[in-house]
Amino acid sequence: MIAKAQARRPTLLIAPTGAGKTLAGFLPSLINLADRDSRLAPRGTHTLYISPLKALAVDISRNLEVPVTEMGLDIRIETRTGDTPASRRQRQMRLPPDILLTTPEQLALMLSHAEARRFFSDLRTIIVDELHALAPGKRGDLLALDLARLRKLAPEAISFGLSATVAEPDDLRRWLVDGRAGLLADLVEAPAAIAAKPHLRILDTEERLPWAGHSARHAIREIYDEIGKHRLSLLFVNTRMQAEMVFQLLWSINDEGRRIALHHGSLDVGQRRKVEAAMAAGRIDAVVCTSTLDLGIDWGDVDLVVNIGAPKGASRLLQRIGRANHRLEEPSKALLVPSNRFEVLECLAAIDAAYAGEQDAVTKRSGALDVLAQHILGMCVAEPVSPDELFDEVREAAPFSLLPRETFDRLVDFVRDGGYALKAYERFAKIRADKEGRLRIANARLAQAYRMNIGTIVESTMLKVHLGSARGGSLRAGRLLGEIEEYFAEGLTPGDTFVFAGEVLRFEGLVEDKVIASRAIGRDPMIPSYAGGKFPLSTHLARRVRATLADPASWKALPPQVAEWLSIQSFASGLPGAEDLLVETFPRAGRHYLVAYPFEGRLAHQTLGMLLTRRLERARLQPLGFVANDYAIAIWMTGDLPFRIAREPGFLSALWDADMLGDDLEDWLAESALMKRSFRQCAIIAGLIERRFPGMEKKSRAVTISTDLIYDVLRRHEPDHILLQAARADAATGLMDLRRLSDLLTRIRGRIVHHALERVSPLAVPILLEIGREPVFGEAGDAMIAEEAVRLMAEARGKG
Amino acid sequence: MIVPGALARSRAPLHAGGMVRVAFAGETLDLHPEGVAFFPERALMIVADLHLEKSASFAARGQMLPPYETLETLRRLARLVADLRPDQLVLLGDSFHSVVETIGNEGPARGMIEAIAATSVLIWVAGNHDPVPPLPLPGRWVEEVALGDCILRHAPVEDGRNEIVGHLHPAARLATRAGGQRRRCFALSGRRLLMPAFGSLTGMVDLSEPSIRRLLPVQDTRVFLMCRQGLAEVPASACLR
Repeated sequence: MIAKAQARRPTLLIAPTGAGKTLAGFLPSLINLADRDSRLAPRGTHTLYISPLKALAVDISRNLEVPVTEMGLDIRIETRTGDTPASRRQRQMRLPPDILLTTPEQLALMLSHAEARRFFSDLRTIIVDELHALAPGKRGDLLALDLARLRKLAPEAISFGLSATVAEPDDLRRWLVDGRAGLLADLVEAPAAIAAKPHLRILDTEERLPWAGHSARHAIREIYDEIGKHRLSLLFVNTRMQAEMVFQLLWSINDEGRRIALHHGSLDVGQRRKVEAAMAAGRIDAVVCTSTLDLGIDWGDVDLVVNIGAPKGASRLLQRIGRANHRLEEPSKALLVPSNRFEVLECLAAIDAAYAGEQDAVTKRSGALDVLAQHILGMCVAEPVSPDELFDEVREAAPFSLLPRETFDRLVDFVRDGGYALKAYERFAKIRADKEGRLRIANARLAQAYRMNIGTIVESTMLKVHLGSARGGSLRAGRLLGEIEEYFAEGLTPGDTFVFAGEVLRFEGLVEDKVIASRAIGRDPMIPSYAGGKFPLSTHLARRVRATLADPASWKALPPQVAEWLSIQSFASGLPGAEDLLVETFPRAGRHYLVAYPFEGRLAHQTLGMLLTRRLERARLQPLGFVANDYAIAIWMTGDLPFRIAREPGFLSALWDADMLGDDLEDWLAESALMKRSFRQCAIIAGLIERRFPGMEKKSRAVTISTDLIYDVLRRHEPDHILLQAARADAATGLMDLRRLSDLLTRIRGRIVHHALERVSPLAVPILLEIGREPVFGEAGDAMIAEEAVRLMAEARGKG
Repeated sequence: MIVPGALARSRAPLHAGGMVRVAFAGETLDLHPEGVAFFPERALMIVADLHLEKSASFAARGQMLPPYETLETLRRLARLVADLRPDQLVLLGDSFHSVVETIGNEGPARGMIEAIAATSVLIWVAGNHDPVPPLPLPGRWVEEVALGDCILRHAPVEDGRNEIVGHLHPAARLATRAGGQRRRCFALSGRRLLMPAFGSLTGMVDLSEPSIRRLLPVQDTRVFLMCRQGLAEVPASACLR
C-alpha cells in the first residue's frame, strides 16, 4: 500500500476480515503526515476516511489515536458523524483536521457547503472502508457521486478502497476511479493462505428436525450447551423477530445463569451501547444479534459464531464467521443451526461454498435516479453549477457512467419544479439558471431543507413502544422500551402477544404514535411467520442446493432424517435434475394443488405467485391463493389442473412462459403495495417530499402527506414520470427480484418435469405447512377487509 | 396469499350497489362508496374537504406534488353529480386548500365548476382552510346550512343538534389477514355524521385519534369503510381502540 501511495495509484485492497486492512489503508497517510513540514500552515484535510457505520468511524479513530500519540506525532485526527455537535462541526470547517473519519451522508453534507472547495483543496488520500458493503446500494451511488466531486476539488487525491473478498473485484476497482475511461484501480490482495481455514459445522441435532418454521426451538438446549463451552458466542439470526424469539427461548432455560444479551437495530441506542461495552469488557457470555453486528467492528474476544437459520448467502456467512477470532493464526469456529429441513440443505451448500472460497455475485444495477436527483440539488446548494459540467462530473461516477443526457436533463427538471408534463410550478422553481446558464438555488430555505433530507436511508416509520396499561377504558403510557415498525404495530389487535426487548408483551392499543403494551408473563408469544428473513436465498447457494438434490451420492453428508426424507421423495414423486423445474400437482381436501420448486428465493417466488395466479384465473382454473418461501411455491385452486394439463399438451409450458413478465407484470405492478413502498423511498430520497423528524411532526401521524395518494395521482396522470421510473427500477431489483425470475423462466424452458400425484409429496410438506401463516399482502387488502367485516359483523350480531 | 379475484367467489358483505341507506335526523340518507352523502327526498348531495390546489400550496413551499389532483377531484365530483342528479350540492368546507395558491379565474378547473353549477345549485360552506371565498364562485357562500332537523357545517360543534360535518378526514384502520388496512370512512353516531374527505390528495386521520375518538361513543357508532366494491360496515369496536 505504501508503494501504491508513493506511486499515487488508486488501489483496491482486498483482505479477509481481521487481516488489519484498515491500518494498512492508513499507513501511507501516517508516514506522509509524519514527514511533512509542519510549519506550512494553514492546511486542509490530508486524509478522508469514509465508513458505512458511524460506530466504525469512531472505533477506527480510537485505534489510530493510540499509535499516533505513542509516537508523539503531530497529527490531528477527528471524526464527524450525525452525533458530532454543531460547534465542533463548525470548528472543523474552520480548522480542518489532518485526518477526518466520517460517513457518506456527512461527506455529502460537507460537499453542499461553499467552503468545501477550500476544505478539501489539500486532500491527498481518500479511504473507503467496507467498500463491498457500500458500493452495491444507493449509499454507494451517493458516495460515488461525491467522490467524483472530490476528484474535481482535489485532483491530486487518490482513492483507496478496502474490501472483504468479493466475487468480482473489477466492479469495485472501476468504482474507485473515473468511470468514463474504462480505467481500473490497482488491486492488492492480502494472501488468503495466511488465514487459517475456518472450522465450520452444522449442528447435528438429537432432536427431530422441524418441517417448517424459523424458530430453531428444537435446538435451543444444544445451542445453550455450546455457549457454555466458549468464552463469548455471537448468535446471528436474520431478523429482529427471530432475535427476540431466540433470546426469549435461551433465557427460559438459563439454569446456569449465563450472561446472554440481545442486540438489534430497533433497541434503544443506549441499551445497544451498553451491550457493546459489556462485550468488549468480557462481561457477557453470548449475544443474540442481527446484521447490526455484521460489519467490521471488534467487540471483544469472540470464539464462537452460531448462525441460526439459513445464512442465505455464502458471502454473508463468511462475514459473520469473520467475527470470531480476529487473530489470523487461529481458525474461526462457526456452528450452523438450520431451523428446518430445507435449511439443512442450504447450510450444507453454504459450508461447501465457504470452504471453496466462493462468493455471491452482487446483482448489477445502474445508479439510482432518486439519488442523483438529491445530488443535483446538493451541488446547486454548494455553488452555482453549469449543467454541462455537472453532467460530465456525474458520468465519472461508475454507477452513472452510462447515464443518458436526456435522463440527466429530466432529473434537473424534476429538481427544478417536479418535472411534470403539466408546467404548473414555474413560479415556484427551486433552481434557476443565471446569466451564464449556471444553476442556482432560488432561496436559502431550500439549502436548509436539502441538508435536513440528505442521505439514502429511509427508515420505515417507527413507533415508540411504551409499557402501559388500559385502566378505566383509557390507555396510559409508561416506561419507553424501544421502537417498532409501524406496519408491524398496525397488524396487531389488542390482546395479541409478541416478543419485544426480550419480554413477552401484550398489545393494549395505539395512542397517537405510541404503542402501549403490558407485560404478559408466562404467556406464549404469537410470532408472525415472516420471521423467516428479509434476505432471499442467493443464486449461488440455490444452484448448489439444486445440485445436492439431484445427486443422491452427496446425501451422505446430510443428517439421516433429511437423507431419508429425500429418498422417500425420490420414489413417491421424483427429484428434479440440477437444471430442471419439478412441478407437482395433487388433490387435497377438495382442491387442486400445484407445487413447484424453483429455489430462486422468496422475493422472486412471490412475484411468480402473483403472475401465475393471474394466468390460472384467465384459464378459468379459479385459483384461491398461493404461498411462497425461499425454495418453493404452492398454488391451490378449484379447477381441475391435472385434467387440463393432460388434455392440453402445451398448457404447462405456456403457463410458465417468460411472456408473463410483460403485460401481466405491468398490470399487477400498477396496484401493488410493493410499488407504493418503493415509490415512498424514491420520493423521500429524491426530495419530492420532506422527511419527518421526531419532534418536528405534529401530534398526529396523519397530517403528513401520504405518498400512496401521490403515487396514485401520478400513476393515473403521468405514468412515465421519472420518479415512477426510479421506483419501478428499484422494485424490479430489490423487492421482486425480476432478473432472477426472468433467468429462471429462461432456464426451465423445455425442462419442466411434471408429476401428477395422488397425494402431497414429502418435499411439498414444508411449503403446505406455511399456508395460513404467511401474511397476505396489500394487493388483496379490500378483499381482506370484506372478509374481516363479515366475521366481525356476524360476531357482533351473535353478541346482540 | 389470497388471490384478489377470489373475492368475487366469497360471500361479499359489501352493500348491493355499494350504497348504504341509513336514517338520519328523521330522514333517509344514502351513503355513497365514493365518499358523498345524498338525501334522496331532497335531491341534495353533500361532499366534504375537496382541498383543491393542495399540490400548489405544497409546491409553493418546495414540495412539488403532482399538479393533477384538482382536475381529478373535480372530474370525480362531476361524474357523481351526473349520476345522482342533485338539485343542490353542498360543499362542506375546505373546498380550497388555500385562499392564496388557488385555481385561476379562468382555466379548466373553473370551467368544471361552472359546468357542475349549470345542473345543481352550489352551496359553499366556509371551512378553516377557506374561511372566505378565494375567488368569485357560482352559487352561495355560507357559514352553515340548516336542513330540517339537522345542520350541515364544516366542523363539529357540541351544541346538541344533529349535524353532518367534514373537517376531520376520518379513516378507519382494521386488522386483517393482510395486515392493518386503512380506508377513508363514514362514521355515523346518533346525532352526528362524519363525512370522509373527498379530495384526491387529502390525507386521512384515524378514528382512534383523540380528536375524533371523543366524538364517537363505541356503543352507538356505525363505521363504513370505503372499498372499491362498495362500503364495508364494521363494528365500531373494531376500529375504535
